[in-house]
Amino acid sequence: MNAVGQNVKRKDGIGKATGRVKYADDLTFPGMLYGRTIRTTIPAGRIKDVKFQLSPGFTICDYRDIPGKNVVALIVDDQPCLVEREVRHVAEPVVLLAHEDRDALLAADVAIEYDEARPVFDPTRSETVLKELLIEKGDLEKGFAGADVIVEGVYRTGHQEHIYIETNGVIAVPEGFSALGSRPSAITVYGSIQCPFYVDRALRVMLGPEFDVRVVQTETGGGFGGKEDYPSMLACHASILALKSGRPVKIVYDRVEDMLATTKRHPSIVRHRTGVKTDGRITAMDVDVVIDGGAYVTLSPVVLSRGSIHAAGPYRCANTRIRGRAMFTNTPPNGAFRGFGAPQTQFAMEVHMERIAETLGVDPVKLRQKNALRAGDLTATGQKLRDDCSALMVLKEAVRRSGYRRKSKKYKGTNKGIGVALFYHGSGFTGSGELKLASRAAVECTERGVRLLVSSTEIGQGTRTMHAQIVADAMGIPYDHVDVAPVDTAVVPDSGPTVASRTCMVVGKILQRASEELRDKLDGLSPAEYFKRHGPLRVEKEHVPPEWLKWDEARYRGDAYATYAWACDIAEVELDRDTFEVRPLRITAVQDIGRAIHPALATGQIEGGTGQGVGFALIEQVVMKNGAMANAQLTNYTIPTTLDTPTMDVVLLENPFPEGPYGAKGLGELPIDGPAPAIVNAIRSLGIDVREVPATPEMLFSALGSRLSAERHSDTLTYGGPVAVPA
Amino acid sequence: MKLTLNGAAIDVDAHPMKRLLDVLREECDLTGTKEGCGEGECGACTVLIDGEPVCACLVPWAHVEGADVTTIEGLADEHPLQQAFMDEVGAQCGICTPGMILAAIALGPDPSLGQIKEGLTGNLCRCTGYEAIYRAIQSVNANRH
Repeated sequence: MNAVGQNVKRKDGIGKATGRVKYADDLTFPGMLYGRTIRTTIPAGRIKDVKFQLSPGFTICDYRDIPGKNVVALIVDDQPCLVEREVRHVAEPVVLLAHEDRDALLAADVAIEYDEARPVFDPTRSETVLKELLIEKGDLEKGFAGADVIVEGVYRTGHQEHIYIETNGVIAVPEGFSALGSRPSAITVYGSIQCPFYVDRALRVMLGPEFDVRVVQTETGGGFGGKEDYPSMLACHASILALKSGRPVKIVYDRVEDMLATTKRHPSIVRHRTGVKTDGRITAMDVDVVIDGGAYVTLSPVVLSRGSIHAAGPYRCANTRIRGRAMFTNTPPNGAFRGFGAPQTQFAMEVHMERIAETLGVDPVKLRQKNALRAGDLTATGQKLRDDCSALMVLKEAVRRSGYRRKSKKYKGTNKGIGVALFYHGSGFTGSGELKLASRAAVECTERGVRLLVSSTEIGQGTRTMHAQIVADAMGIPYDHVDVAPVDTAVVPDSGPTVASRTCMVVGKILQRASEELRDKLDGLSPAEYFKRHGPLRVEKEHVPPEWLKWDEARYRGDAYATYAWACDIAEVELDRDTFEVRPLRITAVQDIGRAIHPALATGQIEGGTGQGVGFALIEQVVMKNGAMANAQLTNYTIPTTLDTPTMDVVLLENPFPEGPYGAKGLGELPIDGPAPAIVNAIRSLGIDVREVPATPEMLFSALGSRLSAERHSDTLTYGGPVAVPA
Repeated sequence: MKLTLNGAAIDVDAHPMKRLLDVLREECDLTGTKEGCGEGECGACTVLIDGEPVCACLVPWAHVEGADVTTIEGLADEHPLQQAFMDEVGAQCGICTPGMILAAIALGPDPSLGQIKEGLTGNLCRCTGYEAIYRAIQSVNANRH
């Protein structure tokens, strides 16, 4: 029986349900010390002095203890591992302490004296551009000249904190002592990590060439992008302490530190100016995207890139201009969070589409139908879409399945609202990213069958299981005969980071090709028989992007992604008109992912991503005060509980991507692009002009207040009717 | 101090104000109980004290003297919810799972969907959107009938 398409038993086994699986904080090593990070308390300035009041038994490190380069190597090497003098944000690491007793560690008193400078917190007032880009197609002026109506608007999204339930944690173990008391020559880091080879490289740069490095992923309690780049920082810190003390050092952040110091979703401000015909056809789109990058480059250039490419939404328009800017501010760097810029820009696009429908007085579904991308159409970057484009299919099915037409009539005049969002998500790294990554994956014969080797991490989404299914079918062997190698940079090839909805589509495809080649080399023997007779046999392959994929990085033209996954969310909400709380009742999520390798896991990705999107839409509010998160606790930064999460009706559609494994496209990020605009559009259907998330009761109250004052000046507006468009 | 832990009488010497969570993980070597927030919001450290679900990060060790404490290890892999959570993908990353299973046990037999939602409000899951957790709990009910 084929494994692909079946809900096979997961490779995780039972360990997650028995508590036996070991996460980073569950591990201890002989002689292990605990590490603590002393951080800045001002957003901008220079360090004058550091004063210590410590009991005996401490290992103390600062930047002078770094053997190699004082950077956390990623895209641009601008972020120091430990601050030397210049402070760019609150919670920057300055000094590291280690001690065998955690109470002594917590009691340690380290005071930092500063010369303070004036910080910048507003990205629109920042004068330092982190990255800017321009995407142009057609003739914008001509497009606006041909329009009957021009609709403008500004849309905002806030920070979002990942809240993986396992906080960041690593243990660095010094190894390679040539003699007792000598300096170690190698470091092994065990940790909660999404991208082990990112950590591996960052350690090599920080330690310098004379150290061996090995990175082992421990079971990881959620990532969502939050463990893409920050674990490199922790691993460097623990390694510096381990090197100096000669003992294993564990650093596990508590929740407050994790929320205060690590990355969040980039806040965004997106301005739209759109020309439309009275029949709803879009003739021109001018989009201006600004994201708040925070104090260092980290991943912001690529977040801006994905966000901007998705900023025109799944719509066709001959004349388009998208300008994107990421700005430096004096806040902790914002980073990867599921969706990677696309949830922000598609929120803006989809709420703007709703406002266009309101302005023209046309049906919001018909407006989307008229403009949705079809096979043969060109995207904003000029990419010609193929038959795997499914915008109309997902829209039609979501409208039918949810009973949208019937309910929008039924809910009129009640406290219930219904809203739609149509969206898409590019699979894999942007542009020529996959070509540059040149990911590798391997399969090998064992006495049991086949073992697959990748650096792609299991962080809850089902990597091990889904990869084993692909290998089983490509080899033509039972799923139970496939094992998965532990993610250890000394053992597995670099199959790239576990990000960008690429683990199934890109890495899965490499595994499929490697498996087919291995199968052909076995002369008809089963892998176990072959191993018994001839010994080990291994095939390692490199990713080959589709030969037609062309991308011009300088001009942002061409095939931005090998394929896209497409989806439509329809949200139903209920408004309490006394408290202005919005209760999400139901979300219908119709999503084309090419092929569901494991339908139950795929459904779990969509339900989980949708749940996070509901939090982003309604309740997750990061309050920043003087450049620091003021509500860095789960008590006052809340994520959806069982009672905040709506009923979800998930429909998987399968319009295959011919070059994906068994037709699969990317899946992980798609589901979080839709809930926020669908929910906000549902609130809009109740007559509240909201253009921002999180749509908290306070914000809705003020939006309604401004609307009511507008109504007093106009007899033409009625409650719940179309909303006036400011010039 | 004497108490019953996972069905066995034990006598453990720890500081009376140490968190039950830390005593379980560090003195008793039971790392199945997880820390998610340290302030009783996320429920990852849920254990049963005399059958009631409680956040072990909020309970000082002295409080459980003479009590009957059950951690995930006390289920001895034999509770049908454990396999159901894996089969129905009610566990993704797994870090909330031990606490979630113990909270689900405290719901009693055959809870309605409303009772499940009400009873699990103190247990946060960031991966699943909870739907698969409901399916896991309800599949155990279905098998029982």
